[in-house]
Amino acid sequence: MSANVSKRIELEIPIAHDNELEATRVADQLATEIHLGPECLAEIKLALVEGILNAFEHSGSTVPKVRVEFAVHDEEIEVVVQDFGQGFDPSERPSLRPLQRRGYGRLLMESLMDDVKYFTSPQGTRLVMKKRLPKCA
Amino acid sequence: MSEVFKVTSRPVEKHIVIAIEGYVNNLAGERILDEFNRWTAEGYRHFVLNFEKTQLVNSIGISILIEMIEKAQELQGSIAFCCLLPIIAKTFKIMGLTQYAQVYETEAEALAG
Repeated sequence: MSANVSKRIELEIPIAHDNELEATRVADQLATEIHLGPECLAEIKLALVEGILNAFEHSGSTVPKVRVEFAVHDEEIEVVVQDFGQGFDPSERPSLRPLQRRGYGRLLMESLMDDVKYFTSPQGTRLVMKKRLPKCA
Repeated sequence: MSEVFKVTSRPVEKHIVIAIEGYVNNLAGERILDEFNRWTAEGYRHFVLNFEKTQLVNSIGISILIEMIEKAQELQGSIAFCCLLPIIAKTFKIMGLTQYAQVYETEAEALAG
């Protein structure tokens, strides 16, 4: 996996209703530039939305924004959602039962992306998601 | 930053077709649920949700669809989905909705289902 970054975009998103869509619009622009396939783009956008919504709703942040980064490498695209909240224990997973109403965001991210990792501390959480590009042409 | 969301509904014989347009989040999900509740109050029990003009449904929106499926089950009714983009079909499958609601390619197939 090459560490070369051919394109990097960073943005800050104020915590407000529907602002997660701002990041998906940037993803749309990036997808055009790097010729990402529509299904791959759709999966990245939904994972991104879920990551941002989790940050908006659960981070407990007093800083009313999240930072989003896109980095295009030779063989993968990396999407980062950074909040400035209280952190959490990633080993604690919500137990899911049939027709449960909430708690699916993490499952969706992990199902749609190739790699999902949390780097979390009392100063905030950095969610790093990766999608392999050869699958996305 | 809000995106236009629109929901329309119409009866087709024993079914109600609810057509959804735009980003399905919590507010949009509540609008769909309101529409469902309005028609069930009139005695309708079978619903087709047409997602032809929807590109993105988030997990909160889906949680409200789950609530609708449960209510339909309680009423011995049914929910069917149609015209799903691959990402929406995949999301519904991941979240288990397809175990409780049929998915069809077209609205006509859903109505015939």
